[in-house]
Amino acid sequence: MNWFVATFSSTIGRKVMMSITGLFLIIFLVGHVSGNFLLFKNDGGQAFNEYALFMTTNPIVKILSIITYVAILGHVAVSIILQIHNRKARPVNYAVANPSANSPWNSRNMGILGTFILIFIVIHMQNFWYQMQFGEMPMVNYGDGVEYKNLYLIVAEAFSVWWYVAIYVFSMIMLGIHLSHGFQSAFQTLGINHKKYTPFIKKLGLAFSILVPAAFASIPIYMFFL
Amino acid sequence: MKLKLKIWRQKNTQDKGNFKAYDVDDISPDMSFLEMIDVLNEQLETKGEEPVHFDHDCREGICGMCSMHINGRPHGPQQGVTTCQLHMRSFSDGDTITIEPWRAQGFPVLRDLMVDRSAFDRIIQAGGYVSVNTGGTPDANEIPIPKSIADEAFNAATCIGCGACVAACKNASASLFVSAKISQLALLPQGQVERKERAEKMIAQMDAEGFGACTNTGACSAECPKGISLSNIARMNREFLTAKASSDNA
Ligand code: HEM
Ligand code: SF4
Ligand code: FES
Repeated sequence: MNWFVATFSSTIGRKVMMSITGLFLIIFLVGHVSGNFLLFKNDGGQAFNEYALFMTTNPIVKILSIITYVAILGHVAVSIILQIHNRKARPVNYAVANPSANSPWNSRNMGILGTFILIFIVIHMQNFWYQMQFGEMPMVNYGDGVEYKNLYLIVAEAFSVWWYVAIYVFSMIMLGIHLSHGFQSAFQTLGINHKKYTPFIKKLGLAFSILVPAAFASIPIYMFFL
Repeated sequence: MKLKLKIWRQKNTQDKGNFKAYDVDDISPDMSFLEMIDVLNEQLETKGEEPVHFDHDCREGICGMCSMHINGRPHGPQQGVTTCQLHMRSFSDGDTITIEPWRAQGFPVLRDLMVDRSAFDRIIQAGGYVSVNTGGTPDANEIPIPKSIADEAFNAATCIGCGACVAACKNASASLFVSAKISQLALLPQGQVERKERAEKMIAQMDAEGFGACTNTGACSAECPKGISLSNIARMNREFLTAKASSDNA
């Protein structure tokens, strides 16, 4: 086997792919939530709609978005391959197991947490992304001669439905729990474990996994009560 | 102490196996867990029944043979001990204790609580050695090694190959064991010549034996009788990536 293929077919190589795609998605989340914050602006959605147009037309954003799709699909595909491999590694389960005695719950349930995130991503893409790309969009004009797709209206409508807000908030909690293990785990996988940095990485990971999902979730909650 | 035991009984590798319940009486809290099973086995032999087969050798916590999954944990409820160093005072009178063999694709059950751990031997054979001629005993301090590095290497070298890390891991991953064996040599000057080749071969063997991948749950280190640290796994991953990127093995 070619050395490169061999590297990424090994258990460690596959975990490295999980780590790199995961870290890329972490950076993506920061960008995404920053954009979403425009929804807080009290301008009837103008800033948000202008931003949405930029995000769907700018060529650099286009490239970044393709990398993001590859990262998500890669992260999910490799997680399935690993999950199957790991199941095979223990063909007979213990009759009595007490895993909570030696490891935290989040670290043992990354697959379940990830599945909830994946379901959310599908719903989310269907509602906003698909609608924006291929759907019938209401248009709006801000007097600059440009016709903007009124994504703000779509978002505002979605966030006025209580169960949509509930799904959104629940999914952000799942994301937070996923990251409360995943953030620091990604560094350990890459071999970054040092007494100078690891305590900081762990604290940063915990802060990130609370603050970023909370920031995401604050928007639908705010718009629901608007 | 009076105890109820539920023990995995399996005649051979082909047998399906099942749990059998036993009662033991007159167990002293000062007995070790293995001595408690000795009592049961004497009882079984007097009755003409087959004794429970289990691995053990040193009975002083250094050989790593006494593999048993006790009440859902490798080597039982105490941290930092092997089964032979676990004492019955860790249990209460009237307890039911479930005893199972290690469960892993890489550790097939041979009989009852005995598993075949040759997979670990094959991983060591793949590269866990230094193949230079060591010659006569060198003078002390002829090869200068900083104390902190020597300590790291010796800590890694305390791994007794018991397999509790594999048994504890939800993925039956052997990462902690392999990382300890790679680290103890990677840290020392004697290990440098074969450093890259060693990492590549040992990890390839670990995968070939069917052990799972590492999810960084930390269960291995928490259950390791020698407290081998997770930082060894990070080092193994560094060794692996460096070796893959720069070894001659194209
Ligand atoms: C924005 C979304 C996501 C982010 C930021 C993210 C991030 C991460 C990170 C950083 C890790 C740690 C990697 C490592 O241990 O080296 C991880 C692990 C994992 N992720 Fe995700 N993830 C996301 C979505 C998903 C999805 C949709 C799934 C789908 C099933 C998933 C499944 C997993 C699994 C199973 C692991 C553990 C792999 C293992 O250690 O065995 N993740 N994730
Ligand atoms: S790392 Fe610890 S648990 Fe694993 S084999 Fe070595 S001593 Fe046993
Ligand atoms: S019998 Fe040797 S470590 Fe337990």
